[in-house]
Amino acid sequence: MQKTVKLRVKRQDGPSQPSYWQEFGVPWQPHMNVISALMEIQKNPVTSAGKRVPPVVWECSCLEEVCGACTMIINGRVRQSCSAMVDRIAPNGRTVTLEPMSKFSVVRDLVVDRSSMFDALKRVRAWIDLDGSHELGPGPRQSQSDQEVTYSLSRCMTCGCCLEACPQVNGGSSFIGPASISLVRLYNLHPSGRMHADERLDAVMGAGGVEECGKAQNCVEACPKEIPLVDSISAVGREATKRMLFGWLLK
Amino acid sequence: MGSDTSRARSDSTRVRRVIVVGGGLAGLMTVIRLCEADVPVDLVSLVPVKRSHSVCAQGGINASVNTKGEGDSPQVHLEETAYGGDFLANQPPIKAMCDAAPGIVEMLDRMGVPFNRTPEGLLDFRRFGGSLFHRTAFAGATTGQQILYALDEQVRRWETIDVENDRGERVPGEKMVRKLEWWDFLSLILDDDGICRGIVAQDLKTMAIRALRGEAVCLATGGPAIVFGRSTNSVINTGTAASAAHQQGACYANGEFVQVHPTAIPGADKLRLISESVRGEGGRVWVPRDRREQRPGRDVPESARDYFLEEKYPGYGNLVPRDIASRELFRKCFHDKRGVYDAKSGNNENEVYLDVTHLPADLLRKKLAGVLEIYEKFAGEDPYTNPMRVFPAVHYSMGGLWVDYERSAAGSVVVGSPRNQATNVPGLYAAGECEYQYHGANRLGANSLLSCLWGGMVAGPAIAAYRRNVAKSAWDLPSSMFEKAEKRAAREFDAVLGMEGDENPYALHQELGETMLVDCTIERHNATLDRVLAKIEEVAERSSRVGVTDSAKGKMNQGAQYVRHLKNMIVLARLVAQGARNRDESRGAHYKPDFAQREDADWLRTTLAIHVPGATGMHDSIRYVRSLDYSILGAPVRATDEVDVSLVKPRARKYETAGAASATGNPGAVPASSANTEKD
Repeated sequence: MQKTVKLRVKRQDGPSQPSYWQEFGVPWQPHMNVISALMEIQKNPVTSAGKRVPPVVWECSCLEEVCGACTMIINGRVRQSCSAMVDRIAPNGRTVTLEPMSKFSVVRDLVVDRSSMFDALKRVRAWIDLDGSHELGPGPRQSQSDQEVTYSLSRCMTCGCCLEACPQVNGGSSFIGPASISLVRLYNLHPSGRMHADERLDAVMGAGGVEECGKAQNCVEACPKEIPLVDSISAVGREATKRMLFGWLLK
Repeated sequence: MGSDTSRARSDSTRVRRVIVVGGGLAGLMTVIRLCEADVPVDLVSLVPVKRSHSVCAQGGINASVNTKGEGDSPQVHLEETAYGGDFLANQPPIKAMCDAAPGIVEMLDRMGVPFNRTPEGLLDFRRFGGSLFHRTAFAGATTGQQILYALDEQVRRWETIDVENDRGERVPGEKMVRKLEWWDFLSLILDDDGICRGIVAQDLKTMAIRALRGEAVCLATGGPAIVFGRSTNSVINTGTAASAAHQQGACYANGEFVQVHPTAIPGADKLRLISESVRGEGGRVWVPRDRREQRPGRDVPESARDYFLEEKYPGYGNLVPRDIASRELFRKCFHDKRGVYDAKSGNNENEVYLDVTHLPADLLRKKLAGVLEIYEKFAGEDPYTNPMRVFPAVHYSMGGLWVDYERSAAGSVVVGSPRNQATNVPGLYAAGECEYQYHGANRLGANSLLSCLWGGMVAGPAIAAYRRNVAKSAWDLPSSMFEKAEKRAAREFDAVLGMEGDENPYALHQELGETMLVDCTIERHNATLDRVLAKIEEVAERSSRVGVTDSAKGKMNQGAQYVRHLKNMIVLARLVAQGARNRDESRGAHYKPDFAQREDADWLRTTLAIHVPGATGMHDSIRYVRSLDYSILGAPVRATDEVDVSLVKPRARKYETAGAASATGNPGAVPASSANTEKD
């Protein structure tokens, strides 16, 4: 007999419209992930109640957990839907529940607008101040152990899992969130990035900055790339405190 | 922002922007080079640029820096690239790219890409296919992601920098880069002389359609692998923009050359890539000698394993180029039925082992963790202790939009010439996988990131030169022209919203993809290709009878967008299949068992395809030409299908012997003293 995967999806027709739930059943396939289940809905967009509806709208791109696009809340937990394998998250025919992330505004169904995260990268100046892309010889030498640290921080996909999991990121706060603070650490570790370390620290001092971390440590649990976000927040917090206390001495 | 972050770039109050479509490596590099040339840019991208397909590139980027003292040089890189591509690529652009490669990797290093390091703190390099040299710089096994992020950050910096007019005054509210993310390219805007003056694009959040003026347009929109249904590519790689530009007059070249990567994980939604770098670091491909071997891979003793690539190609072993490796894997599984045996199904599955279990766990963790993690997450097995099971998958298009170059006397390319990366539509440029220029009949691993970056580095100055000299600005043309284009696109979109046929576009695409995947990839037969072509016509006909799955107006509508992409994919499918049907020889990725030899006399030439508007059916909609006349800045240019092989003379391509791919093909073949000379 053909096995069926049951999906319960929180839908919303557009920004600031009411949300509602719909259920779907799609044929099971080996190695099936949430994305391929959603693709089956596209081929036959009919609910379990037999109603023809527009297919569920969601965002995805790479399907191998390096682009960050397909992040959503699956069975109550924020994660990428490409790496959510149906047999593992819903064994024995249990229902898969899909919701959009709650810390961003909904565009439609499971698609949310995360442009605030990219804006935050502007605020913290998450880049090296390059003289230009012309040939200027090799960059500064770096040790293997430094590379291991910077590489682990540089894998952030701006997916938003850490913001979704963070209790301090909410409607009532302006907390910039773990992802961009961790990038402050990354760029301040780089030998040329360090030359502009103070500008990045200034960007995360004061309202909405690193001080507003409540140390719940949910971020590091939620991060799909195991980025040491709590360490980053501590490191940047220490540097920011130093700058606040002694920065004026250096002026 | 102080005046130090502002630079002069515009006359009077008009900001004469250039449009770059696509925010992967090629697009972002083009943007950076344009900004550095004081040209403000509209960057239009289907997805937030940080989610572009470049993130999927795993293994690394080639540059003959020769830090291992092997005697590697850009000349060897050029020779191996030309040979690897079976001599179908024009050689001056390859030479220019290979000469620039060490500088490009050093630039990325300065941008903060966390490349792996040697104990001395220098960039580390590893081996890749088609070469015996350590030439590939890498950041773990997520190199494309890391390079994309570095460029994304640089472009974000340009987003904060003000545009200035030619008197040095800031233009209020105008930044050097304006990003339009989640916008879909619909069409070019061509004036009465056929010159490209802008584009029509659609905001996918609201489905609003807008005409954008541009002094020039550069497509950097990636490859078309989704035409084959499942592939190693991101779902956004439908090739829609390149297809649309082709249908408006841009020549499409070498469409039949599609790379199949030997090692991917089969999946329901995607065939996930397992990077060539796994073999570059010592991974080995094998199948059990016993066709009915029941033991799990890790329990099969050495003596019972058939390392078939190493046996047949002792010179290059597991690192033969991808076309060759894919054919061997296919032969093993499909013809010899020697794939991994599954006791449950009683079948020899279409899978071979890719084994890293003999390598030290520490090396794997430091150099390959990113890709092994993908295997673990998606195949549900630990690759550190179990040989991975893989099969070939469609990966990359060598073919794409035809682009020009200006050859220098020294056999390289004149950087700054407006002809570089120019399509035959005046004012339209292309860079990255959407164009055909650098890889001939087969791309070498880790050359794609390089060609994307180099393409952007050349396109930027070329477009800046074009913009400087263009006789008439797009801002001097009547707005009615742009309004007309906008209205036409809106009418077309409304028509899609009203489609009520009984065909589901997603199911139709699946049918097209399966045909293309099964019958138009590793082995091609003319009789089968005729059936593929008939199937494409059938799909084309049925695509006019689809029912749009979503008729919502004024908000994100992926269903309607998909109908458009499907139509454009059908056009690309024709270019692949008809090109393959016509080319009766075997060269690189294009292999016909009935025509197993390379035929230089007849086929050492570029396939040039022109779209015939209004035609119905295969034979009418493509016109193949031997030469191409176009004009740039009023000057006529004639290009032909002849391939410039002036730098590396074509010879038979064989990887059985070590070092066959270049004149000095063996590392250490030159004395260490001369190998240590500075690159210049």
